Amino acid sequence: MMAQEMIPGAQALLRVFEEENVDVFFGYPGGSVIPIFDALYDSSIKCVLPRHEQGGAHAADGYARATGRVGVCMATSGPGACNLVTGLATAYMDSIPMVAVTGQVRTNLVGSDSFQEADVTGITIPITKHNYLVKEPYQIERFADVVREAFYLARSGRPGPVLIDVPTDVSSGCVPWTPRNIEALDAYEVPEPPDAAAIERAAEMIAKAERPVMMIGGGVVNGNASDEIRELSAKCNLAVVHTLMAKGCFPESHELSMGMPGMHGMAYASYAIQHSDLLVVIGARFDDRITGDLSRFAPDAQVIHIDIDPAEIDKVRYANIGIACDAKTATRALIEAATARERGAWEERLITYKREHPLGYTDDDELMAPQFVVEKLHEVTGGKAIIATEVGQNQMWAAQYYGLDEPRKWCTSGGLGTMGYGHPAAIGAQFGRPGELVVDIAGDGSIQMNMQELTTGTIHKLPYKIIILNNSFLGMVRQWQDMFYDKRYSGVDLTGNPDFVKLAEAHGAVGLRCGDRDKVVETLERAMEVDDGPVMVDFVVSKEQNVFPMIPAGKSFENLIGCPMARK
Amino acid sequence: MEIERTISVLVKNRPRVLARISGLFARRGFNIDSLAVSTTESEEISRMTISTTADPPTLSQIAKQVSKLHDVVKVIDHTNRRTVERELCLIKTSVDRGQRGELIALCDVFRGDIVDIGNGTVMVQLIGDTDKIDAFVELLADYDIVEMVRSGKIVLDRGAQKE
Ligand SMILES: Cc1ncc(C[n+]2csc(CCOP(=O)(O)OP(=O)(O)O)c2C)c(N)n1
Repeated sequence: MMAQEMIPGAQALLRVFEEENVDVFFGYPGGSVIPIFDALYDSSIKCVLPRHEQGGAHAADGYARATGRVGVCMATSGPGACNLVTGLATAYMDSIPMVAVTGQVRTNLVGSDSFQEADVTGITIPITKHNYLVKEPYQIERFADVVREAFYLARSGRPGPVLIDVPTDVSSGCVPWTPRNIEALDAYEVPEPPDAAAIERAAEMIAKAERPVMMIGGGVVNGNASDEIRELSAKCNLAVVHTLMAKGCFPESHELSMGMPGMHGMAYASYAIQHSDLLVVIGARFDDRITGDLSRFAPDAQVIHIDIDPAEIDKVRYANIGIACDAKTATRALIEAATARERGAWEERLITYKREHPLGYTDDDELMAPQFVVEKLHEVTGGKAIIATEVGQNQMWAAQYYGLDEPRKWCTSGGLGTMGYGHPAAIGAQFGRPGELVVDIAGDGSIQMNMQELTTGTIHKLPYKIIILNNSFLGMVRQWQDMFYDKRYSGVDLTGNPDFVKLAEAHGAVGLRCGDRDKVVETLERAMEVDDGPVMVDFVVSKEQNVFPMIPAGKSFENLIGCPMARK
Repeated sequence: MEIERTISVLVKNRPRVLARISGLFARRGFNIDSLAVSTTESEEISRMTISTTADPPTLSQIAKQVSKLHDVVKVIDHTNRRTVERELCLIKTSVDRGQRGELIALCDVFRGDIVDIGNGTVMVQLIGDTDKIDAFVELLADYDIVEMVRSGKIVLDRGAQKE
């Protein structure tokens, strides 16, 4: 027998990165990860230095969403690791495959409050799919497999972030290098095929339904099932609504796309759900932002619920048929089992309703409406950009007015609603898809939460664009205070914002400003011309625009407040 | 119906596994009425017996959420199964000499054991299912209970019967 090869833990880590085809990751150094950075010195793997670990975590997340691959980030022990927390929670809520590696103090110091020690595995239990503190001999001996398992867990089943906490003596000390055998991993599972009888019954229900609607969610993105969704819709003439997470999985320009339902969704999407007698739910989880008052949500509908996570079935809404399976396999099976269904009166009714209740906004303020900017962005980019968003009104206007026809072009913090997510996510997406146009649609509040990453963008000559819809307010909170708190604006005034143009320039990026409707297109075109670094455009927009439609929290479709005015 | 139900969770014997499970219960608002953790027939596996007051959908949700944890090997729901259920209880009561005889008689009825006699105190050990222990503790209310500890419920499904 050959002697077991022993290599430093740091090298084992990077070797597994290579096995996993990690081409780039986002890492910030510090005392406890110096051994890993030292090993990187001789490695071909690219490590991008963000300017804040939170930026690194969101960048890994944006990379994962845009490419479908596992995003990787790294931070040092204590403060560095703590700075990853928001990024991990963001990825966890949206089921994004990520591996985070953190340094930890030496194994003999763990638990002694030593310098830069934080119980990171303890802190991140509720916001990771799984985590490891590589401290016990049995883990150190199988360190390579721990890292492999982290990648496997991150992307398999319902994906999510996995954290590996690596003490300095493990990364600098020697560990056995064991050969790769994924099927021998503890975590390895062969996915079950969908229950054939349930698929049969689902197909029958679709055939019998008078008013069926398909509702798709993030599981369709993770399961790469967009083609199957289109095919099923085509075969059975199913109208499709998508949650915020599934934007682009069914072409929004399609006649049968009924848009996004929920709190700020399209009236026609909510209308379709509310009047349907069968909801075919694929990879969505009945979030409260979608359902509002659960007891009044889709009151006449039976539910077919397909989700890879059995715990989602019956969690919120009872499913008449629950199928625990990945979206692609289950939808494929459903296509085979279903009989073709003609487009009928129901679909015509939906299309008519959609035509008669379009999105719209008023644009009579001296300053232009922010929605107008997003519409023009869509026009100028031909709807082809990869869109990242911040959180707040900007996010909802992006969802409403930037229609997408393809999946994996949408990076938004849906579940956690993390301000400051969009900018670093755009950077991650740009690294993942270098030749493509990436745009972060931002608010003037959110963009200031991870502004520092402009430097990362400049240094790496990333030509993404930041479109600030600058309303000088924390707009979404102001909207709630406007509508539900008697306009008692408190803590939302952003007067005194920095000069975003100068700020861009200070970071070595291009800064532009536009406050004139007639110059929006021209300004956007100028921004698109820059190809050697980021552009940040400060669009000075109407200060008190509200997002409509709106179904106030905990209410239902009957309480929908429509758009103030049909567009144009 | 919301009644007390018991599940057994077989987990890999790893650091923090208890924190993962109790944290999940806390985070999702599931309550734990009783929890017992022990070794098993396998060195690598620990067994947690968890009782919770829940309706069937909530219990099913608990079982599914717990099953998702990577360190969990198996979840057994004992609802509607033929089981053997046991709990151990130690009760230290303060009794004067005159009450001792009465207490010993009570113990006999419940098949409890006197395991310690101190200066003015008597400690009783009782083994049984939860109902039995509850009943005994209720009866002891007439005495002064100084300290009490219960091990938490442990449960195994009964073996298969001959056809
Ligand atoms: C990290 C974080 N802090 C606070 C919030 C609460 N919050 C939600 S939207 C919002 C306002 C966002 O303002 P801005 O970025 O200017 O966008 P706008 O709504 O004006 O488009 C706030 C404070 C949040 N979602 N995330």
